[in-house]
Amino acid sequence: MGVAQVPSIPETPGPLFPELASAEEKFRKCIQCGVCSGSCPMGEAMDYAPRKAVKMLLEGRFNEVVESNTPWLCVSCHTCAVRCPSQLAISDGLFPALRAAVMAEGKALDQDLQKALQNTYLYGNPMGISPKKRADWAKTAGVPVPIISQLRRPVDVLWIVECYPSFEPRGQEISKLLARILNALGVDFAILGHEERCLGDCEWLAGERGLFEMLIERNIEILGKYKFREIIMTDPHSYRTLLNIYPALGGRYKVKPVVQFLAERLDQLKPRLKKKLNTTATYHDSCCLGRKTNHYEEPRLLLRAIPGLKMVEMVQNRESSLCCGGGASTIYLDRFIQERMKDRLADRRVMQAAATGAGILAVACPFEPARFEDAVKLTGNEEKLVVRDIIELLAESMEVQ
Amino acid sequence: MNIAVLTKQVADLVEGIEIDASGRAVDRDSIRYILSESDDHALEEALLLKERSQAHVEVFSLETGEVRDGLCTALAKGADRVVMILAGQETPPSNHAAARMFASVLKGLPFDLILTGVRAIDDLDGSVGGLLAGYLGLPYVGLVRKVELVDGAATVEKEYPGGFAAELGVKLPAVLGIQAAEQPPRYVPVTRLRQVMKTAQVEEQEAEPASEEPVSVERMYKPEEGAGAAMLSGSAEEIARQIVNLLSERRVTR
Amino acid sequence: MSNDVWVVAEHARGQLSESTLETVGKGRELAHATGGKLVALLLTDDERNQINSLAAADLILLARRPEFREFTPEAYGGAIEAALKEAPPRLVLMGSTSVGLDLLSVLSARTGFACLDSCTRLDLRASQLLATCQIYGGKLFVEVALSSATTLVAVVPGSFAKPADQPSGRPEVRELTLPADLPVSRITFHRLIEPPSGDVDITKVPILVAVGRGIQNADNLPLAGELAEALGGAVCASRPVIDQGWLPLTRQVGKSGMTVKPKLYLALGISGAPEHLEGMKQSELIVAVNTDPKAPIFGAAHYGAVTDVVELIPMLTEEARKQGLKKAS
Repeated sequence: MGVAQVPSIPETPGPLFPELASAEEKFRKCIQCGVCSGSCPMGEAMDYAPRKAVKMLLEGRFNEVVESNTPWLCVSCHTCAVRCPSQLAISDGLFPALRAAVMAEGKALDQDLQKALQNTYLYGNPMGISPKKRADWAKTAGVPVPIISQLRRPVDVLWIVECYPSFEPRGQEISKLLARILNALGVDFAILGHEERCLGDCEWLAGERGLFEMLIERNIEILGKYKFREIIMTDPHSYRTLLNIYPALGGRYKVKPVVQFLAERLDQLKPRLKKKLNTTATYHDSCCLGRKTNHYEEPRLLLRAIPGLKMVEMVQNRESSLCCGGGASTIYLDRFIQERMKDRLADRRVMQAAATGAGILAVACPFEPARFEDAVKLTGNEEKLVVRDIIELLAESMEVQ
Repeated sequence: MNIAVLTKQVADLVEGIEIDASGRAVDRDSIRYILSESDDHALEEALLLKERSQAHVEVFSLETGEVRDGLCTALAKGADRVVMILAGQETPPSNHAAARMFASVLKGLPFDLILTGVRAIDDLDGSVGGLLAGYLGLPYVGLVRKVELVDGAATVEKEYPGGFAAELGVKLPAVLGIQAAEQPPRYVPVTRLRQVMKTAQVEEQEAEPASEEPVSVERMYKPEEGAGAAMLSGSAEEIARQIVNLLSERRVTR
Repeated sequence: MSNDVWVVAEHARGQLSESTLETVGKGRELAHATGGKLVALLLTDDERNQINSLAAADLILLARRPEFREFTPEAYGGAIEAALKEAPPRLVLMGSTSVGLDLLSVLSARTGFACLDSCTRLDLRASQLLATCQIYGGKLFVEVALSSATTLVAVVPGSFAKPADQPSGRPEVRELTLPADLPVSRITFHRLIEPPSGDVDITKVPILVAVGRGIQNADNLPLAGELAEALGGAVCASRPVIDQGWLPLTRQVGKSGMTVKPKLYLALGISGAPEHLEGMKQSELIVAVNTDPKAPIFGAAHYGAVTDVVELIPMLTEEARKQGLKKAS
């Protein structure tokens, strides 16, 4: 798991394809085996699936690729990248570069995506909510949630809450539960509060390189102000970006996802997991915790530690897990994608979960409760399946709700 | 075809707004400035006209708020020239004063069309577009949603209530108050914006001083929280149940 | 100095507009309290139907010309400017509407009279005329003393109640003599563009589920559709939603959109800018939901709740279905 290859995008926008020039060099190594297209869950909807797109780019048919629907259909599930025998950065490199090329040309963007990017530029979150309100959820957490600037001392753990867990209602509820779990475990933690901004994963993968750089500069500056031993993160997208991309740009931190942090404290957790849940759960490996950062076991360890909870696996699990269809800013492109694809990835995934007979679809990514719950309704599985974050399940068993 | 676009920075309501100690004005320290939404549409309409009719687009703004950022954004979107008008005063001018200053700069310049947002959220003493047209003796049409240039005149669509609109012919030069551009304002990638900010030529021009203050504010106040409405509380589920109970009791759906 | 109050009468497709009748009612009250007259300024091609609606005026100043059939800013503005300069009244009221907004500022610049927009209240306090205006989308109110000899004021439609009954007497009608040297209008009326047809007429639907910015994105719109279906109503929206192209223009409530008076107006994620409120505040029952407790919509609503609408809407739908709310059809 090395630092991802990010093709450098020149400062000066201009003639159409300088963004792709540096990618082109690397992509000369492509052997046209087609594993990428065969693995791509979105390939069927793309005008040109990845192998074809690479071939066309190498033939100089840039315009056709940039003007097709291909650039906007990658959900960055990373399956192509982990399977590519030439180790080409298809989802991290090629697609952001294609999107950057579309933007550099001044072509109209999908309005939902444009709004999200503009909001992130102005307020540091895609929802367009004042950054002053970022820690509002903590007021009703029922336990102290210190803000690091007010503590005026080093903390052991800095928790970067990120956008969905800070602003989205279900995310806020999960954040409150995590705050209670951290308190119960006696963790010395703090959050950034109003100083926190989006870490930029969606923006980078959407091809908004400039916005990503702006966010990185700002976040490195803020993080540099405070002393902490390690960072924990609730959002796997941000975690992945802080882990893999920030170091190359000057931001080096000891960082781990919440599931890892909690799994490391299993001994402390176990005696507190008192309530039996008596149900069966199946765990969805998110792309960012799974293929991108290899955290396959910690979420399962945590789930298995819950008394009465039985685990079953979906047909596609771990490395072959199916994406929820919301990565790389496609969470803002649902409508665009729906017009081009019969069944959504979230629906397919939920069908897989339902097929296991499990009563709970357990997740560890803040995009997923809303996406999968919607899919549960759409596929008529409301009576059978509930979507629950691992934090919610732990909190229930710890009886800290 | 020469088009001038007049823009203004206003308080960003997302960040909230406070009243100052005098109780008669907005606390300017509480404000974060952004481009007025309908001015953004006016700029977009001008850029669409540029693409369709090879027009030359110049953007003018008074020096309030983050005006340099706004003007650089206009350049990055495709404006040909941007000008910051020096007002020579600390407080943002009234719209009458702003229109006088714009008039002093634009008077005698060969513009065929002057576009501006039909209104801004802080307009109290009328709109800059209408006032400017009055001072310059030009025709003015507001609530415009579409502009076409035909044989040296403009054909515009003006909005009316109930989904109606009127098509009007307007002799040039003229001032138009834009309600909405024909397409949503375009996006500027931050890379391009930052590049423009590094190299941009934002021209500065002095306006003739204008200080008329035609409005005497007695007091400024915020509406009471939840004023008027009986507030329901509880979790989202509880609120949903209360609302539906209410509808059921009042038999509104039967 | 005259204490008269003038009202610029607006008409569309031959009919005087509701907002003009509201403003005449308020203007008459103020004029009479200060010993002045309420004067209606009527520019039209055919006054016969319109004069009957203006019975509350003390005097109608009438300019009848073929070119006054449809509103054009310069022809109307030129005539009003001439009349104003001839005998300036204390107050000139017009609508903060597509017509009034084209006149207000130009006239102010041409005559030198002060002007105010977005007025929602007019009071006479200790012989001082006070106007209250809403700025910042209704988040701030400004009270302004009308201290100039003459002030032009644009009134937000729906701010004043339409007088319940018309006075029985007939107002005096005086022809307005327009100067011979009135400049030729540089603005000409080409045609009226009808609203797109074939969609639901939201002015005739008794239950409206109205969505605003709080709906966040287009993907959430079907949720509102399901709720409307469960309640037996239709979906409408505030301007930002329409501007995004998420719903057709025929579903817009407020300025440039429809004015609706349904039995139930469920405002979801709408902050309540004056431009929106003017189109819905006469609804029989208004229930508003917004995340911002300070949202102006709560000032117009009968019931309110502070919560996220994207989360709430499916719960409302479920609850409505459970209680079998839908009108038996």
